[in-house]
Amino acid sequence: MRYLVLLKAVNVPDSVPPPELMAAIATLGQEATGAGVLLDSQGLQPSVSGSRVTLTGGRLSAADGPFTESKELISYAVYDVRAKEDAVEWTTRFLVAHRDLWPGWEGEADIIKVFGPEDYGAGEAG
Amino acid sequence: MPATEAAVEAVWRIESGRLVGALVRITGDFATAEDLAQDALEAALRQWPRDGVPPNPAGWLMSTARHMAIDRYRRDAVLRRKLPLLAAEVRIEQEWEGPMSIADRTLDSAVDDDLLRLMFIACHPALTVDSRVALTLRTVGGLQTREIARAFLVSETTMGQRIARAKKTLTDQHIALEMPDAGELHSRLADVLAVIYLIFNEGYAATVGDDWTRPALCQEALRLGRILVGLQPDQAEVHGLVALMELQAARLAARFDAEGHPVLLADQQRSRWDRLLIQRGLAALQRAEDLDGGPYTLQAAIAACHVRAQSVDDTDWTRIAALYTVLAFVSPSPVVALNRAIAVGMAEGPERGLELLDRLADEASLERYGQLSAARATFLQALGRIPEALAEFQRAASLADNTDTRTIHLRQAAALTDPDSSETR
Repeated sequence: MRYLVLLKAVNVPDSVPPPELMAAIATLGQEATGAGVLLDSQGLQPSVSGSRVTLTGGRLSAADGPFTESKELISYAVYDVRAKEDAVEWTTRFLVAHRDLWPGWEGEADIIKVFGPEDYGAGEAG
Repeated sequence: MPATEAAVEAVWRIESGRLVGALVRITGDFATAEDLAQDALEAALRQWPRDGVPPNPAGWLMSTARHMAIDRYRRDAVLRRKLPLLAAEVRIEQEWEGPMSIADRTLDSAVDDDLLRLMFIACHPALTVDSRVALTLRTVGGLQTREIARAFLVSETTMGQRIARAKKTLTDQHIALEMPDAGELHSRLADVLAVIYLIFNEGYAATVGDDWTRPALCQEALRLGRILVGLQPDQAEVHGLVALMELQAARLAARFDAEGHPVLLADQQRSRWDRLLIQRGLAALQRAEDLDGGPYTLQAAIAACHVRAQSVDDTDWTRIAALYTVLAFVSPSPVVALNRAIAVGMAEGPERGLELLDRLADEASLERYGQLSAARATFLQALGRIPEALAEFQRAASLADNTDTRTIHLRQAAALTDPDSSETR
């Protein structure tokens, strides 16, 4: 089963991310890749680098960032795991690293199921 | 935060391979290592739902298993005689480095070696193929016996006995738990690849039962293959097998229509193929070809021809036929000959395809192989020889050993006699 994980920062300390955190994130990424479950992940730039296209009441508009959002998207990851709990566990490990290595950082990760063959009438292998 | 049982099992799936691998190294006995790991899991299932997942679950599991190991050595006189006790105990003390935090949990080649060695043991030639599959899924994949039993449609008791017998075989035959030496590595690696592909195929084309595919087993095999790529990045055929599985798995979602009916390759909605897996598969194929791969790489190259094509007609059948010709040379089998005949027929016309298929008519192993009849039927239909095509589709249906394949061939047969339902799926 594939899950998209979107990591969002709510409170970011006024300091650069500690190198220990970056190293721990790299290690976790390698572990998850080595375990065959992490298919893709990247950091995301602040919304000032992006744009938003909107359709409202039949009217299309495009506007450059930044978007006024209380939570800034900071990275995405795509996991291929046996169950949702596995994606929760890997994601928890990333947040534990943030907690332990960058005091004051607060955020949240949404874990979203991607449609897959298991959703298309194929049997469940258990 | 108390943990659910499902959350404990998730941690287990992540840690099982490394834990059992380390315990094999420490105890020098596979069965003991596996028992200790399972005991540690049971302890976690008792405690974590009550107390929450510990901050370092891997360290907790290892520490618990280690204490259980020392207890067992002290209590169990038989075990002491059977295993070099003192050495083992001293080794256990030395091996243990205390709890790790995430920050200092670095990637360690010893851990990789443990995991690779575990794969070689689980796929050891002294074991039956069924046992290799079960042990690999259980120790490396971290699946529970009940999950493996359900995937292979046997009772939990049967699967439990199979695993117990396999463990006993490894102990009784004093199977060496060291890494295979250089001379042996190639054939032992081939054994591991064969087990992984068998698991994949059991999911992809379920040989028994009502499900045409069981995607969860395919995905399990794919994860095992990706793990092996990390452990043996210089081996062409590891990349070749992973490429083959990624490319085949990319088509899984398209193999069923909205009602859950199976859809043949020719009729699949290609927009539903999984582009992320295709991209990964093609990248793995490139690595395999750079390293000069063998049969898995050739099969992946064939799968790549399919995923690169916009439609069946757009498919480079000439290249597929050429790849099958090479495959028939390096890894000859009646099934490869059959597939080559189909590809040549698609490239050069149904008459030529039929001619090659007819040369396989005396092949005993294909006598009850529905695909041969289905292939003949398709070429006969293309030549307008409808009554013969009908008989062959019916024969293919009667030979099918799973419900969905039978359904496909019956529908193809029906389409021949009723032009209104000529749409084959």
